[in-house]
Amino acid sequence: MTSSTSQETTSFRQKLALRGIDGVTLLVLPSMLFVLAIFIYPFIHGLLLSFKPLREGGMFANYITFFSDPYLYNTIAATLRLAVPVTLLSVLVAVPVAMRVRLVRRQRLLTTLLVLPITLGTVLVAQGMLNYLGPQGWFSRSLMLLHIIGSPLKLTNNYWGVFLSLIITVFPFTFLLTLSYVTGIDPGLEKAAATHGASAWQRFRHVMLPLLVPGLAIAFCLTFVQAFAVFPSAVLLGAPSGPTRVISIAAAQAAFEQYDFTMASAIAMIMGVVQLCIVLIVLVVRNLFYRGATSGGKG
Amino acid sequence: MIRDTTIGAKLWITAVWAITIFFVLNVLAIIATVIVSSLGTRWLGTWLPNAFTLNWYASAWQEFQLGPVLFVTFQIAFTVVALSGLLGVTAAYAMARRDFPGKKLVMFLFLLPLLVPPITFGIPLATVLYQFNVGGTFWGVVLANLVPTVPFVILVMIPFIEQIDPKVEAAARVFGAGTFKLFVHVLMPMLIPGILASLLLVLVRTVAMFELTFLTAGPTSQTLVVSLYYAVFASGVRAVQSIDAMAVIYMVSTLVWLLVALRFVNPTQIVARGNQSSNAH
Repeated sequence: MTSSTSQETTSFRQKLALRGIDGVTLLVLPSMLFVLAIFIYPFIHGLLLSFKPLREGGMFANYITFFSDPYLYNTIAATLRLAVPVTLLSVLVAVPVAMRVRLVRRQRLLTTLLVLPITLGTVLVAQGMLNYLGPQGWFSRSLMLLHIIGSPLKLTNNYWGVFLSLIITVFPFTFLLTLSYVTGIDPGLEKAAATHGASAWQRFRHVMLPLLVPGLAIAFCLTFVQAFAVFPSAVLLGAPSGPTRVISIAAAQAAFEQYDFTMASAIAMIMGVVQLCIVLIVLVVRNLFYRGATSGGKG
Repeated sequence: MIRDTTIGAKLWITAVWAITIFFVLNVLAIIATVIVSSLGTRWLGTWLPNAFTLNWYASAWQEFQLGPVLFVTFQIAFTVVALSGLLGVTAAYAMARRDFPGKKLVMFLFLLPLLVPPITFGIPLATVLYQFNVGGTFWGVVLANLVPTVPFVILVMIPFIEQIDPKVEAAARVFGAGTFKLFVHVLMPMLIPGILASLLLVLVRTVAMFELTFLTAGPTSQTLVVSLYYAVFASGVRAVQSIDAMAVIYMVSTLVWLLVALRFVNPTQIVARGNQSSNAH
């Protein structure tokens, strides 16, 4: 009796092991449970909480308030006005720069310099830019020395302050991502095109670009999602009650000034949905382009 | 290498380099203004301050109580490093060595916290943490910071573990090593460079992580970057030089670890490693 059950358990174990489940596989469980408990559960909790408003007006009251109060719903437009141009500019500049940098033997110094703003984070960049871009800062001073402008530019406490600080923190990220995609393309493909007499523009347009599109779509999405979540620099460098009142400011105010966590969750959910929409649009557009190997083969 | 010799191509190359150099110069100038300002006595309407002094560091240290803040910062950062290493490396080992049903779904689960920006998931997370009375405490900040770092360690470690030939492990098993012995005596020595690199990056990320700490920290669990934010936010109250001195201390406390980490990893991997493996799946 005992032997037969032990045989059954071994065979059950073997069956599991054949499907790839054994003691080692179970090592994935702690991390999985952690992500489920500290990431997925709060999201679901927040979603449900946003339908239990503190105010009167049924389960959609928070969403109705958001979309009927211009002070709240305008934050979406304000954030998009910052995030979309920043993302487009970063991706458009990152491609030619990455195409050039990949040919350089010693990229390490440049890439290390570019990692600096990412590592230091937005708070430090904002503090530095308050000094640097201010009316007495080096930036306006240099431009005046070169007689490009007559009086100091106003670049802090407005839209441009936030825009520039986003560029400083987001462009290196986009560039390093793009560089990793560009260097992943087999250089032989471009050489072959050059041998057949394609000009630099033709090589880029008909060989490199089609291979880059999937990577660029991912880079665009990740950059956009980051730029859309702009928070500290919009407060410190912008006009947080005016043109740079971005959606994360509205969410933080609801949570920590009005102590209305249901409203804050609703705003966070709206933020997530807008990000998801843009990402989906980009991925749909990407699927219209070529998808395939980025290495040369003997086909 | 292909060489373009037309005038148009040369102009284009010059323009691309000009933009790159202009950008890098601005980044360096932003960092330099903070350092120069923190060392200057009075700086109004001139290129450089009138005279240089180190007094702002002493006053910043006292005004912002940087001693306790730095202590809390590194306490939080090292707890996050230890826990994310423990959770991340074990999970990465399972993900690298076994092919089980639902693996793609689990992979997706680990990718999500890296793709969703901290402020989006931070607010619902803070709500839950405050509900369980963990919000505003040391452990609340640690838990919040683990959300992006555990998946980060997993994604960095999977390719490292995949590189190791499974035959090495099989040989150790043949000679009678148990799972624990195998881990400590065979796998760990080979994985050390990868683990060190990923944990140093976790350290840098945690010290610099503003959003999650801002949303979950209480008065006794603030890290340096959050204190810096509040100082800049109320900048009319204190001298700019004092805030800049604090900013320099913050800069040093992050960059030291970055410089050590860069000995083990290529800078492109800091942003690209996770995303490349996400492409593969």
